[in-house]
Amino acid sequence: MTRELHLSVALGSAGPRSAAHWTGLVQLAELGALDFVTLDDSLDPADGDGRLDAVAVLAYAAARTSRIGLIPTVTTTHTEPFHTSSALATLDFVSEGRAGWLVDVSTTGEAARAVGRRDPAPAPELWAEAADAAEVAARLWDSWEDDAEIRDAGTGRFIDRDKLHYIDFEGPRFSVRGPSIVPRPPQGRPPIAVVLDAQGRDGRWELAARHAEIVLLDAAGPAAAREARTELLKRAGRNDLRVLIRVTESPDRLPELLADWHAEAGTDGFHLVTTDPTEELPAVIHDVVPALRARGLFRATHSGRTLRDHLGLIRPDSRYAVRTETAL
Amino acid sequence: MSASTPAGRRQIHLAAHFPGVNSTTVWRDPGSRSQIDFSSFQHLARTAERGRFDFFFLAEGLRLRERKGRIHDLDVVGRPESLTVLNALAAVTEHLGLAATVNATFNEPYELARRFATLDHLSGGRAAWNIVTSSDAFTGENFRRGGYLDRADRYTRAAEFVEVARALWDSWPSGGTPRTVRHSGPQFDITARATLPHSPQVHPVLIQAGDSDEGREFAARTADIVFSRHGTPEAGRTFHADVKGRLARYGRTPDQLKILPAATVVLGDSEADAQERAAHIRRQQVSPQTAIATLENVWGRDLTGYDPDGPLPDVEPVPDGELAQGWAHMADRFGIAARWRSLAEEKHLSIRELAVELTARQSFIGTPASVAAAMDEHVQTDAADGFILVPHLTPGGLDEFVDRVVPLLQERGVLRTEYQGRTLRDHLGLPAPRQEESA
Ligand SMILES: Cc1cc2nc3c(=O)[nH]c(=O)nc-3n(C[C@H](O)[C@H](O)[C@H](O)COP(=O)(O)O)c2cc1C
Repeated sequence: MTRELHLSVALGSAGPRSAAHWTGLVQLAELGALDFVTLDDSLDPADGDGRLDAVAVLAYAAARTSRIGLIPTVTTTHTEPFHTSSALATLDFVSEGRAGWLVDVSTTGEAARAVGRRDPAPAPELWAEAADAAEVAARLWDSWEDDAEIRDAGTGRFIDRDKLHYIDFEGPRFSVRGPSIVPRPPQGRPPIAVVLDAQGRDGRWELAARHAEIVLLDAAGPAAAREARTELLKRAGRNDLRVLIRVTESPDRLPELLADWHAEAGTDGFHLVTTDPTEELPAVIHDVVPALRARGLFRATHSGRTLRDHLGLIRPDSRYAVRTETAL
Repeated sequence: MSASTPAGRRQIHLAAHFPGVNSTTVWRDPGSRSQIDFSSFQHLARTAERGRFDFFFLAEGLRLRERKGRIHDLDVVGRPESLTVLNALAAVTEHLGLAATVNATFNEPYELARRFATLDHLSGGRAAWNIVTSSDAFTGENFRRGGYLDRADRYTRAAEFVEVARALWDSWPSGGTPRTVRHSGPQFDITARATLPHSPQVHPVLIQAGDSDEGREFAARTADIVFSRHGTPEAGRTFHADVKGRLARYGRTPDQLKILPAATVVLGDSEADAQERAAHIRRQQVSPQTAIATLENVWGRDLTGYDPDGPLPDVEPVPDGELAQGWAHMADRFGIAARWRSLAEEKHLSIRELAVELTARQSFIGTPASVAAAMDEHVQTDAADGFILVPHLTPGGLDEFVDRVVPLLQERGVLRTEYQGRTLRDHLGLPAPRQEESA
């Protein structure tokens, strides 16, 4: 029996085309029942036409779609972890459980000078900081237990404050007290994604092993992909990790290639990286997806509602709720 | 659109406030729904757009408030992040302006200028920014920059923040090439090329909500809208005259700054009916526990032993009592306590009755016709340019106003029946953004 394949697409970064343009692409991806789209972003000054904020574009698209997962890149180098966690929790609310977070860092001097808060730093240091940001976000998402809002008329209490928790994170670059301003999002925690190269073993691997539920893997071939995936799962010590191979092939060769890789590499699926989504996405949805369906490899419709549903990832309990129970 | 119709009546500008963390939303009412779900935001925004309001408004607070070292649990609490909600609302509304309150202390201009430019692009020119200026270390514990900014410096940072943001918004003309912005000042030292060309409004509409002398001066120099607390006709006229009087110094005319006080409305089929509903709502808003908490904020000490239905505490406030964190700073605690005490004695009020009297007075109570007339009167007599309406129920709290009062305002010729322009600046009748300060 073949395992079901997860399929997603990278839309690149959002040039300042109309909102309708970006929404149209996301709707098309939804039509193909893809698991999710990613939208790149950074605080680097943009080349060409410019670049819209990815969370904003996907929040707009969220209101006009109902199933597709929405994963914006948000960098951690020049941003506030508290704001990032709030924005992503909110994307999860406005999409009713379809948000994820593609974590990235900014190593450029240009971005550092644009924000003006700190000098550029070496990548390993920035990835260690990104891991701290991911940790903070996860704790903040957990900081309201699911049933914290009680509306108890008798005592006049809107919330049960025993179900709200300080996170008290202290790191070398920042500290955050918490709790969140935003209640726990629909998915509990929007899944964290990271791009990895099968070759390197850098700070991203640490972050992925500890925090990611989605890994977008660059690999030279099926054997390298299989090996990297095995190592990653071992390092992570958990199996709630979906490894999707990043694919930049032209659409006409894709069905064959994906079927072969899926069989050989033992991956969970593929993340199609488009160079021109306006050109390539229609071919993916109208040609590639039906071809994969014909081979019994891909679903006809979304069976669940949330991004976690699509990926077969369980909704985690709040870590603080667990702790309270064991303390009793 | 100009401020006056041919008949000479000034137009009323209306905004809808979705109350976030607050003590006046009646959450016990069966009509009260989620404070968080997108459907709630969509309902209020679409209601406001149906009523031809200028904009939808979201406040901000960046740390949960505390009393006696514990999270305050009596208020409505928990809210989504404003800009993300507004981008989603941009997809389900067409004309309504979208205003986010965002703190200038715990953000950086490059990132925030970009986020507002994005909202302005995605919404087709409907973005507004309410610039607030918290400097407290309590809030700072959630952020990299901490709370080291001195209170006296808050408008200095805000002014420099806006200057940098404006330079960035101006630096990439549509169809042109981006210029590099270089800024070196006490708060910010940046060299940047904007990530986006001009958005439809170029600058989002700017709102200011502070009340001190520095705050008013900042508004006169910088803002397009002042969100004010001065809702009564007398206080409104004094505030209006003061702030508008400051505009000439900056080469601006009174029409270029709209003063919009927060306002609440209770309607009834008769005046008596409306008064009865208003009193009922006030009691719902101030539970016995909330009444005690209201006094504790001023007294700075634990008053839980006192009977909410009994007289005011027989003890004096504590100087510098750090009982509550995250509330607006109270400058003159002893003065406030003395005023409250004499008010309670004069009117024979219990603790709860006093709290009801103080904290939850509605601005407009009456029949739809009398409320429409009173609002119109306010605006025609320079007590305000319009109102930011704060419903006591979310999200349905403005339904009745839009169904029953809006048509009457339209009949009076003081509220548009259709949107004339596309952008928020169009709705407000504001000129193109001023760029002279950001060169
Ligand atoms: C009507 C009104 C609404 C305000 N809303 C907010 C808000 O949503 N978030 C916030 O942090 N501060 C808010 N503030 C606080 C102001 O931004 C400012 O920090 C405070 O009023 C102190 O400045 P001042 O001394 O000039 O009044 C508000 C103030 C007023 C008058």
